[in-house]
Amino acid sequence: MSSNQAQSSLFPENLRKRKRFGQIIYFLLLSCVLIGIVSLLILLVRILFDGIDWLSWHFLTNFPSRHPEIAGMKSAIFGTIWTIALTGSFTVPIGIGAAIYLEEYSPKSWFTQIIEINISNLAGVPSIVYGLLGLALFVQWMSIGRSVLAGALTLALLVLPIVILAAREAIRAVPDSYRQASYALGSTKWQTQKYVVLPSAMPSILTGVILALSRAIGEAAPIIAISALVYLTFIPTNPLSRFTVMPIQIFNWVSRPQDEFRGLAAAGIIILLLILLGMNSFAIYLRNRYQKQSEE
Amino acid sequence: MENEITQVTDKEISKNIIISARNLNVYYGNFRAVKDVNLDVKKNQVLSLIGPSGCGKSTVLRCFNRMNDLILSAEVGGSILYNGINLYSAEVDATEIRSSIGMVFQKPNPFPKSIYDNVAFGLRINGYQGDMDEAVEKSLKQAALWDEVKDRLKDSGLTLSGGQQQRLCIARTLAIEPDIILMDEPCSALDPIATLAIEELIRELITKYTIIIVTHNMQQAARVSDETAFLMVGEDRAGYLVETGDTQQIFTNPKEERTESYITGRFS
Ligand SMILES: Nc1ncnc2c1ncn2[C@@H]1O[C@H](COP(=O)(O)OP(=O)(O)OP(=O)(O)O)[C@@H](O)[C@H]1O
Ligand SMILES: [Mg+2]
Repeated sequence: MSSNQAQSSLFPENLRKRKRFGQIIYFLLLSCVLIGIVSLLILLVRILFDGIDWLSWHFLTNFPSRHPEIAGMKSAIFGTIWTIALTGSFTVPIGIGAAIYLEEYSPKSWFTQIIEINISNLAGVPSIVYGLLGLALFVQWMSIGRSVLAGALTLALLVLPIVILAAREAIRAVPDSYRQASYALGSTKWQTQKYVVLPSAMPSILTGVILALSRAIGEAAPIIAISALVYLTFIPTNPLSRFTVMPIQIFNWVSRPQDEFRGLAAAGIIILLLILLGMNSFAIYLRNRYQKQSEE
Repeated sequence: MENEITQVTDKEISKNIIISARNLNVYYGNFRAVKDVNLDVKKNQVLSLIGPSGCGKSTVLRCFNRMNDLILSAEVGGSILYNGINLYSAEVDATEIRSSIGMVFQKPNPFPKSIYDNVAFGLRINGYQGDMDEAVEKSLKQAALWDEVKDRLKDSGLTLSGGQQQRLCIARTLAIEPDIILMDEPCSALDPIATLAIEELIRELITKYTIIIVTHNMQQAARVSDETAFLMVGEDRAGYLVETGDTQQIFTNPKEERTESYITGRFS
């Protein structure tokens, strides 16, 4: 108690001032959050309002059309599914492999350091740049054509840095004591990776993969460069088929002068958001399950 | 005193000494952590390593199954002779060594897998062909854990209590039937009752195994070990072996004054 008195005579008035300052900061921080949430809510309500009337079963099952009443997203939805499935199948093994190498195998040299710095930098390159790269590399040089494969490879490059960074993070979070226990039982480096490190890191890695793929789903710019098609009345049948994706279809509808098409665009956005929401919920579910497991 | 130890003849080594360190030096980068350690470990006995914190007990212990290989900056000089082979010669594979020289760590570290899979782990990775259920049961019984877990083998190893987890880690090590078991303060995270259980277990295990144990607890060293080695930190911060001998003798009548003052300092 005596020290309290000593303090208040040493720092008169100080505590009340500090507390008031803390209050002001609290309200500033709260308004930061509110600005974000409120503008997002307004946006969502606008879109729901515009698009809800256009949502119907045939919106999902019809091809795009000049007549808004019968226009649908079938080609774009199937194009997106094809693209993301292929993107995932390239980016997951390559991303995880690169992360394992960088975290567990690479010698600490200037070479690996340059690679590491560049991966972080690549995550920040604008997506249109990847689109142009994909156009030059896959479409023209490797002559894969303006195909769903070329689009998926481009998107795989785009999200690869994100997957690598997330997977490295996950691998680094595996306690070293697990590795030591595994080595002490006579397992090789690869056995330790396969049976101990990867199983422990997998839920976090998957969370990162899903977040990366949901970024890829929303990308329009690189696909515009690759596909250049907006009006497609067939669905891809193989990796070399031509294709379009949902963001491009939406972009196309928005740019039409008639009001009806803006309604269709809003409906398309709702579908896209639902898919993203589903993917993100799944990522959160995985993360929670992982946390519960490690708390046991 | 060092001479005494190095003068052991080859014949004696082959008789009852299972593993020995010769002129062991360990560096972490430029820092010499362990200096010229010579140590013999007798078969089917418990040797305890004691000494003040930072004197290099864990470092010496990790030399015996080459766990120091996993520390990038660590450099080991000298040799460890095991069955007449120098573990640090070029043709020896560290991975192979570790299935005959097992290790139990300071903090219980079961894998986030089921109790069963924890025990089966070492067998599986080493390509065990026999009856897995039987081997798991046998190891858990040896580790005095079977009765407590036989109805919940599918539960995660992390659901066990600290003492049970440590016995699970011991069972996991026993499963691959090593010759020697290294234990680095295996009871430091446990309460007295769990500690006692592990100590009793250690005494039972030496009929089949040889155990090297690091401990901070003088009473534990006195209770559990046949021989004791005392390490200290020198002026140059490098750990060195002060003396080694019969546990009884080290605790009642040490040759070195430093040993006596360390032991009595801890007791009083
Ligand atoms: N990975 C490492 N890198 C660098 N120095 C290390 C490393 N591990 C241990 N050391 C150093 O080596 C010396 C011996 O450490 P060690 O862990 O073997 O001591 P110890 O006797 O086991 O101590 P304690 O009783 O506290 O566990 C210490 O000075 C320590 O700082
Ligand atoms: Mg230690």
